[in-house]
Amino acid sequence: MTTGTSASALDTVARATNTPDEPQPYAELGLRDDEYDRIRQILGRRPTAAELTMYSVMWSEHCSYKSSKVHLRQFGEKAPASDALLVGIGENAGVVDIGDGWAVTFKIESHNHPSYVEPYQGAATGVGGIVRDILAMGARPVAVLDPLRFGPADAADTRRVLPGVVAGVGGYGNCLGLPNVGGELVFDPSYAGNPLVNALCVGVLKADRIMLAHASGVGNKVILFGARTGRDGIGGVSVLASATFDDSGAPAKRPSVQVGDPFAEKVLIECCLELYDAGLVVGIQDLGGAGLSCATSELASAGEGGMVVDLDRVHLREPSMSAEEILASESQERMCAVVAPEHVAAFFAVCARWDVDARVIGEVTAVSPEEASRGGRLVVTWHGETIVDVPPRTVAHEGPVYQRPFARPADQDALVADDPARLPRPATGAEFRATLLALVASPNLCDKSWVTDQYDRYVQGNTALAQPENAGVIRVDEVSGLGVAVACDGNGRYCRLDPYAGAQLALAEAYRNVASTGARPVAITNCLNFGSPEDPGVMWQFERTVTGLADGCQALGTPVTGGNVSFYNSTGDTAILPTPVVGVLGVLPDVRRRTPMGFGGADGAALLLLGRTRPEFGGSEWAWTVHRHLGGRPPEVDLAAEAALAEVLVAASATGLLAAAHDLSDGGLAQVLVEACLRGEAGARITLPAGADPFVWLFAESAGRALVAVRPDDRAAMADLCGSHGVPWTDLGTVQASSTDLVIDAVLAVPLAELRAAWSGTLPALFEG
Amino acid sequence: MPRVVVDVMLKPEILDPQGQAILGALPRLGFDGVRAVRQGKRFELDVVDEMTEQTVRRIAETLLANPVIEEFTVHTG
Repeated sequence: MTTGTSASALDTVARATNTPDEPQPYAELGLRDDEYDRIRQILGRRPTAAELTMYSVMWSEHCSYKSSKVHLRQFGEKAPASDALLVGIGENAGVVDIGDGWAVTFKIESHNHPSYVEPYQGAATGVGGIVRDILAMGARPVAVLDPLRFGPADAADTRRVLPGVVAGVGGYGNCLGLPNVGGELVFDPSYAGNPLVNALCVGVLKADRIMLAHASGVGNKVILFGARTGRDGIGGVSVLASATFDDSGAPAKRPSVQVGDPFAEKVLIECCLELYDAGLVVGIQDLGGAGLSCATSELASAGEGGMVVDLDRVHLREPSMSAEEILASESQERMCAVVAPEHVAAFFAVCARWDVDARVIGEVTAVSPEEASRGGRLVVTWHGETIVDVPPRTVAHEGPVYQRPFARPADQDALVADDPARLPRPATGAEFRATLLALVASPNLCDKSWVTDQYDRYVQGNTALAQPENAGVIRVDEVSGLGVAVACDGNGRYCRLDPYAGAQLALAEAYRNVASTGARPVAITNCLNFGSPEDPGVMWQFERTVTGLADGCQALGTPVTGGNVSFYNSTGDTAILPTPVVGVLGVLPDVRRRTPMGFGGADGAALLLLGRTRPEFGGSEWAWTVHRHLGGRPPEVDLAAEAALAEVLVAASATGLLAAAHDLSDGGLAQVLVEACLRGEAGARITLPAGADPFVWLFAESAGRALVAVRPDDRAAMADLCGSHGVPWTDLGTVQASSTDLVIDAVLAVPLAELRAAWSGTLPALFEG
Repeated sequence: MPRVVVDVMLKPEILDPQGQAILGALPRLGFDGVRAVRQGKRFELDVVDEMTEQTVRRIAETLLANPVIEEFTVHTG
């Protein structure tokens, strides 16, 4: 076993002051010259190795949002007034009041790069990380959703990455006993070599028990608890530590991969909830990216501003770790709490009961007004020497902010001009039939149960709806039936054609999905997956996306509560499609009134198509699957129409008018008919309006539409409801439960068995065996 | 080399939840004095005489071990 840096070589603050010209590997740690100069300016000396570690990880793109900050401000500036928002952007996750004293917190994050390197552990720790964010708000995590994106379904690398990612998501979430109630599975060549593994978690808490990440109260103790600290995910910091290992002649290659332990996380969840219930916690922060560097600097700068931490008290998995490694370690399943001294014994007793390791590692300290004005004072000691003495605000919140140049990509005009109207379309009945079967069997539209069957959807017994339904619905209050619906959506192709509209289409789709279950959408979270911010074309996509999303949220009255930005998603010089994934949270007063998507229980129901159908094929699944074409304009966005449609769906659900409802998106009406018929196994007979172009009606992807099934007696009431909200509707036919066919008069008739074989065969054929 | 043994262990810096679980269970069963436990996998391969150690190593790094988080040792003879 190697030994740590010897005391004589320890880079203390005193030593840094005396050796101002000692060269430091800041460039290897990802800091630019001007960033390093700013650190020296802040400190009035060169940083110690430990300080350099903290600044470099906290000023990284991942932690500091240095390229995105200037644009993300719009989410706050344009946020619609909302009484429901208890905690907004800036905390670990936003918190929404859902009534009856209940609150819900939810957030989505990415774990893209780790999941490419090590699919199982990368995806698993992605789930673990977002669950701890939710836990840190004082909530019990109750559900997760995982939007996943991979390269071509038949590519060799997808065969390597996808099964591992799916197993990792399922392995971690199932072990935690968290139902996985929704998500996405999308394939596109742009994600080859750079899969997108996003994870959304929902948590429930009493509205008066919100926990915040601040270190308040001078004299309060800082307690690190959970798993021990090891050399997980320390990545670039090994540059600093490498000297130590060179000395011993055994430079171990440091993996930046973290391995999670879901059972440790499960007891951590229960332990935290008991600590909250007992009122033993002043402030709390989960440890994720940047580990202790992040937790201590954020806690300190959000509280009194002062903190001392003794790294010797950190419980290590490997005793030989250096101070820099301890500060940068991303070991999983750890939390950092601020606890009043008189509660420390009780805190330890709770931890002991759950067999959770806990150590006091520091204390909240007073700062002078002068220190407060500089950003507080965080002091870290190691072997009795001071190795960090920094203003924590400068570490956590005053990182560099870049106005990256952005420019509309040179190929954008040609892309938009390449209208899919020129593509050959099906004309005969046989061609329509072949097109329908090809689309439902395509990897993006096919049955996803090969993936979702690996997740536990009903554990905890509160799942009212789960995949493949429009949205996941979770009961919050067992007595009243109060619950929430959550959906997440994104469409990189639409965003590539028009990022402003594409972001709003993602928002509108998730909003529509939530409303289709009968829930009223109230708040959103977002995960913005993009290429390199140093590419002006990518930065233009990003700026347009954020602006579109902020404007869309303002128009729909649903504030952004938080989220995550993931840059540098590219393979070589080729960026991924710009992919904002939007999660929408809705409230359902009684989950027993939820609207299902399937026709199964709706025999004889009249089918109405709500909304307006236009010949819109830009970025459509049809153009991509049949012609490998991406061009033109994405579907038109009409947020007023989306809001009106949602009002109709929510009101109709509340009054019990709907036997089923399914929103239209990728693949258009044809896809929705197939999914609704196969969900519950019921045939349907459809008659398109006289003079309608069957191709446009079946395959266009116009937004703002939903297919609803209403009992014949309720048809007039439904029509009235639509009329009063200005939502156009079209009679399409009836559900015929005894029929074994989907019949579209004068166009096609396909047995349900044939549709199911095509729809369900794709993923098993690709990924089994 | 008709019988080859490949031992696969998590890299020392990687968390070993199973090893920790074993470590936690030992005192509960009355076994004191164990300070650390790390567990791994052992593979026994019966191979043809012409099989080279190089090929065994390729088998190990391709299928038996996950070189991102695990290391392996090959025992021949």
